[in-house]
Amino acid sequence: MECVFGMVGKGFALVVADSSAVNSILVHKSNEDKIMVLDSHKLMGASGEAGDRAQFTEYVQKNVALYHYRNGIPLTTKAAANFMRGELATALRKNPYMVNIVLAGYDKETGPSLYYIDYIATLHKVDKATFGYGSYFALSMMDRHYHPDMTVDEAIKLDDQCIEEIRSRLVVAPQNFIIKIVDQDGAREHSWRRTTKD
Amino acid sequence: MRSTTTGSNIGSQVILLFKKSLSHTFNLLSVKSNALTICSTLLDQKVKIMKFDFSGLESSAPLYGLNNELLSDGFSAAPSFDLPVTSDFDDFQKNSIQMVKPAKGTTTLAFIFKDGVMVAADSRASMGGYISSQSVKKIIEINPYMLGTMAGGAADCQFWHRNLGIKCRLHELANKRRISVTGASKLLANILYSYRGMGLSVGTMIAGWDEKGPGLYYVDSEGGRLKGTKFSVGSGSPYAYGVLDSGYKYDLTIDEAAELARRAIYHATFRDGASGGVASVYHVGPNGWTKLSGDDVGELHYSYYPVEPATVEHEMTEAVVA
Repeated sequence: MECVFGMVGKGFALVVADSSAVNSILVHKSNEDKIMVLDSHKLMGASGEAGDRAQFTEYVQKNVALYHYRNGIPLTTKAAANFMRGELATALRKNPYMVNIVLAGYDKETGPSLYYIDYIATLHKVDKATFGYGSYFALSMMDRHYHPDMTVDEAIKLDDQCIEEIRSRLVVAPQNFIIKIVDQDGAREHSWRRTTKD
Repeated sequence: MRSTTTGSNIGSQVILLFKKSLSHTFNLLSVKSNALTICSTLLDQKVKIMKFDFSGLESSAPLYGLNNELLSDGFSAAPSFDLPVTSDFDDFQKNSIQMVKPAKGTTTLAFIFKDGVMVAADSRASMGGYISSQSVKKIIEINPYMLGTMAGGAADCQFWHRNLGIKCRLHELANKRRISVTGASKLLANILYSYRGMGLSVGTMIAGWDEKGPGLYYVDSEGGRLKGTKFSVGSGSPYAYGVLDSGYKYDLTIDEAAELARRAIYHATFRDGASGGVASVYHVGPNGWTKLSGDDVGELHYSYYPVEPATVEHEMTEAVVA
């Protein structure tokens, strides 16, 4: 029931995630922030098993920070994505992390980029990515309406269409969604889409 | 298995495959270690390439005769067991895991309001359909300003909360300041995460008051940790959520909040068979926790819904004896 999706636009990348923390039929929390700000210009939207999600994303965040301290320069988005994939791959045959990640970043040299990282350590650089049951609805909508170099308003409009579709078609749709954006000014929270107040 | 043999294990697996292609009947249910011993002995006879040290792999289980034909050439038989006779092995695995998985038969709740944290729980312990106790302490006092609730395996909760209390005290001594609720819950979550998949059953809430004010975290044995203002855990939690959500306001007074917590536990014990006994209510304030009340839920029922005296239609009197 967890939905995470993202897309690349003109000079920015967006990540949208639902914000429900669920235990079988019970919704414990509907304002859980699942998009972690990895560093100043990287966003990581994660979905999957509760403990794995928090532990793996924090582990990656701290290691990215450590690289920055040791070497004086931050990792590029591509390097961070490959680091994550490597960690997932190493753990896969022993103690797998059940987390799916959409990594969005902005680098000065290469601009915005989006990476699709699966729980079995698949890595793809993409323009649009989706995870979860919501992906069945959101992916085709994005395939149809997405075009390269969208503006922020066009991308937000497409995201809203995807969220509406998920809300109306998915049997146990998440109540609230959070949208975060990363561009040359950094990674920050953009807005929420709520149906319930927590 | 000693760590020195793991390297040779990979090599010996290659040899096992090699050997399988060479030899005829070989019992596939054999434990790998004995297979490797057999491999190495055969290899010694045929091709002298490598000698592996398998002494660490010798199983101490008694030998079970599989086929005496195999035993005749001096190889040790592998310990093995008959697979259960079932048409659907996958379901059998799932069902046997379900059988040992303890259900979290309880109702606990906690919520933050303007005067601190209110924590409440029932006190019934059940083993399937048998009520083993009606007086279990499900609110565990970690230290004078932090409480933990118990749901799931009683031993797991009690032990790990006690362990958490020890770690919190050590933190205090090492850092000359009290640990925050955030820190305490993270310590517990990390411990439970490291035992993930090994059968621990813990669904707990850590409630406390630290420098940042009231704090409430939900931590479970799957490794999840959630910060929040309102939680209920256990088999009776959906019932408790219903009452809690409809009556909750941030600006409740201590008495109103205690009554809300008590009522929510009562309604959960009324509908959920695995919850009952005594509804205990604790309050965590700036000076630590205090126990507010512990009421038997049966008595609560009659105080909320008193029995109306039945209207008498015909009153029987003594027949007048003529």
